[in-house]
Amino acid sequence: MTINLDPKIPAGDLSYKWDKHKFDSKLINPANKRKFTVIVVGTGLAGGSAAATLAELGYNVLSFCIQDSPRRAHSIAAQGGINAAKNYPNDGDSVKRLFYDTIKGGDYRAREANVYRLAQVSNNIIDQMVSQGVPFAREYGGYLDNRSFGGSQVSRTFYARGQTGQQLLLGAYSGMMKMVAKGKIKMFNRREMMDLVTVNGKARGIIVRNLITGELERYAADAVLLCTGGYGNVFYLSTNAKASNASAAWRCYKKGAAFANPCFTQIHPTCIPVHGDYQSKLTLMSESLRNDGRVWVPKKKDDNRKPAEIPDEERDYYLERIYPSFGNLAPRDVSSRQAKFRCDDGVGVGPTKQAVYLDFRDAIKRDGKDTVAGKYGNLFEMYERITGDDPYKTPMMIYPAVHYTMGGLWVDYNLMSTVPGLHVLGEANFSDHGANRLGASALMQGLADGYFVIPYTLGHYLASTPLEKVTIEDNAFKDAEQAVKLQTSKLLGIKGKRTVDQFHKALGHYMWDYVGMSRNETGLKKAINGIRKLREEFWQDVNVPGETGDFNLELHKATRVADFLELGELMALDALERKESCGGHFREEYQTEDNEAKRDDENFAHAAVWEFTGQNSSPIRHKEELIFENLKLATRSYK
Amino acid sequence: MSAANTMTLNLKIWRQKNPQTEGKLVDYRVENVSPDMSFLEMIDVLNEQLIHKGEDVIAFDHDCREGICGMCSMMIDGKAHGGFKNTTTCQVHMRMYKNGDTIVVEPFRANAFPIIKDLTVDRSAFDKIIMAGGYITANTGNAQDGNAVLIPKPIADEAMDAAACIGCGACVASCPNGSAMLFMGAKISQLALLPQGTPESAKRTLNMVHTHDTLGFGNCTTHAECEATCPKGISIEHIARMNREYTKATFTYYEKNRSEGGA
Ligand SMILES: Cc1cc2nc3c(=O)[nH]c(=O)nc-3n(C[C@H](O)[C@H](O)[C@H](O)COP(=O)(O)OP(=O)(O)OC[C@H]3O[C@@H](n4cnc5c(N)ncnc54)[C@H](O)[C@@H]3O)c2cc1C
Ligand code: SF4
Ligand code: FES
Repeated sequence: MTINLDPKIPAGDLSYKWDKHKFDSKLINPANKRKFTVIVVGTGLAGGSAAATLAELGYNVLSFCIQDSPRRAHSIAAQGGINAAKNYPNDGDSVKRLFYDTIKGGDYRAREANVYRLAQVSNNIIDQMVSQGVPFAREYGGYLDNRSFGGSQVSRTFYARGQTGQQLLLGAYSGMMKMVAKGKIKMFNRREMMDLVTVNGKARGIIVRNLITGELERYAADAVLLCTGGYGNVFYLSTNAKASNASAAWRCYKKGAAFANPCFTQIHPTCIPVHGDYQSKLTLMSESLRNDGRVWVPKKKDDNRKPAEIPDEERDYYLERIYPSFGNLAPRDVSSRQAKFRCDDGVGVGPTKQAVYLDFRDAIKRDGKDTVAGKYGNLFEMYERITGDDPYKTPMMIYPAVHYTMGGLWVDYNLMSTVPGLHVLGEANFSDHGANRLGASALMQGLADGYFVIPYTLGHYLASTPLEKVTIEDNAFKDAEQAVKLQTSKLLGIKGKRTVDQFHKALGHYMWDYVGMSRNETGLKKAINGIRKLREEFWQDVNVPGETGDFNLELHKATRVADFLELGELMALDALERKESCGGHFREEYQTEDNEAKRDDENFAHAAVWEFTGQNSSPIRHKEELIFENLKLATRSYK
Repeated sequence: MSAANTMTLNLKIWRQKNPQTEGKLVDYRVENVSPDMSFLEMIDVLNEQLIHKGEDVIAFDHDCREGICGMCSMMIDGKAHGGFKNTTTCQVHMRMYKNGDTIVVEPFRANAFPIIKDLTVDRSAFDKIIMAGGYITANTGNAQDGNAVLIPKPIADEAMDAAACIGCGACVASCPNGSAMLFMGAKISQLALLPQGTPESAKRTLNMVHTHDTLGFGNCTTHAECEATCPKGISIEHIARMNREYTKATFTYYEKNRSEGGA
């Protein structure tokens, strides 16, 4: 099979591309929209906003999610905020600057045209969410408040306390519920997509498992939107919700959708450190804390004094020292790596020595406890609930954790994958964030995709593509369902000795140790071999109790872990082949003298796009060359 | 973690295969529980043991495990989410217990929340309440500038207090009448406080209250158990505001039965 990687970027000046594209797109008249059915998998910010908007336009929407309600999608957990180029604070922001910051933050590995569009529609998102009743933080005069986030020198982040994702998602959810009530969205919760169905090469339906009854169900449509989030849980421990998974995207990959930059993973610098091997997930402490908290470690190794007893001269405020102009607000990849370097040097703190301090002493002294509580009160409470320590009195201990995946299914400017009709939105696509995402940009991207991009590009696809009539009785549906059935009975039949979680944790160790914050050739090869072996063992020795016709939680986990065991290998392979360091991808062989990432623009200014070629053959690595017409490739510096 | 700090706990957990079969409390013993574990991690450990013994795992709902998705839902020792202040089940940590404790774990019980399996219940009635009006009709693309309508900080803050509800259902499970007034009041109150929400407030309130009553939720008789167990500290003042909106609506709201066709 040959795959077509034409990004379909409209011609013309960067700032007119999107307007021109919208004008050039075909329209469907209101009466005809109701003849089309669209499947939307996932109800996070991307899926929720897309489902609501398409239904408002008149399409029939079938919406699916794993949780018991669309309101519980993983987006709910986002804390810090959402960016927009409003320039309300008058501090020099603009569409162009947001565009520039995002490309630079992503270490020049994203597509210019997509990122520019993202910055353009960012302002509409804020307006839309305000009109839906999202209670964003306000100043005393009643105006919207902003704060700053890592990797940027302007205040462009809108927020709703420490619960921005929750409030935005509830906004999108309420829009969905309005359309469910009108009968334009049919909601299917506690359903998991198990496979994509293609007919004549086009995405025309899905097979899902009803998680309660265990039964498989078939759904047909004119197009499929995949909004299933990121795959950070391949590491077992991450800040993602427990049900976050890669399976929907992975099954599409195996049906012909190319996967781009799988190795681009974001490791977030401010998370609560690991405390035991029973640990089930990691908790993020919002990056907004770095606005007022100062990051430090003791200068001396094995300094066992209490933090308060260590005088200032004996502390190393290493981010302020190394990056004087960005200080504690250095971007995530840079901050995470520096924390790792400190701990590798033996100056880490806490019982495991795998942590650094995030200290609010000076902020409390300067602004008073009440002001600090007003900004971060709920985060401080959460920290205390989990660790038993009070951050007003003693510094927080933090360590980097897997948080976000920039890689994902490849899409063109229209958000369409290499399978016609299969569109991919939100974190599930390979996105606009290049090799590193800036804080508060994922919420922006998910909502941009769902509210403001897909309504245009999907309309054009449906209006310009001949769509044969399909029904769920077609062979394509039967065959896909049969394959899922086979896999299920195989998993249930093994009755081995190790649990699904044991395998998942073992995979997580390979990923964290060799495909994590810093990578090298030997380690990556070790990971590839190790993961292959682990996968073989999984299919011989996993123990999945219970049966199919039931609410079988272990079975649900097992199918996801089976896919993670394949994806993990592709991530390692992608990291091995990308012989440069950029953003979150740090190859030890490619670094500057002062340990900064060393890009190779001559050979790697491209997206690596992987094509599946069969279960037992190697995937093919294609390239989408990234063309920079508006920005000059420069070495990223936050000094 | 040294072995000296770990605990042994006796659990009594509700097991029920499906809605059709009867359930019962089953005894389990879990050893080596670290005080740093979360309550759900403790159940994870127990489930791993059950798998090794070839038994079916205890089914429970959870997802974010950081107190925001509202998925987790357990009655712990008779209290929704364990009865700790501002804490969801997933944020209960074992340091809140001591060696040798016996802990009883049951599902949220309410007329409107039928049991699916073990500790998992069906809370889709909440979605139906929201469908009845828990939104502002603002189609994508209509919005004016976000700063066009100024919202005083105290109002925005109060709306946010109400909007913090995670839809967990603890209020319903802890209410002697199985009422969802706190959940519903929080949404009605949030939207009534904001200028964007006022045009639809009367219709919203009437429809949501009516739907609430038909779904099998009981009435509010001001026990305030809901406020005491709500993990997000939602105040019953929002029920009071909802009641005011309701009274207002019964006097002011009428919908003309007219065709919307134009000339
Ligand atoms: C703790 C945390 C804090 C964050 N804070 C911020 C922040 O402050 N600012 C910011 O910009 N970004 C933040 N992010 C990132 C951001 O939240 C996510 O990238 C974004 O919400 C992803 O949205 P989504 O719609 O793409 O997917 P998700 O919200 O992950 O939704 C995925 C949906 O797909 C469904 N699904 C998945 N697989 C299947 C399947 N097989 N079948 C059916 N349904 C399926 C799920 O049920 C769910 O509904 C944060 C992330 C985390 C983890
Ligand atoms: S009001 Fe409180 S207890 Fe009730 S659903 Fe909302 S968060 Fe849960
Ligand atoms: S698991 Fe999300 S609130 Fe408890």
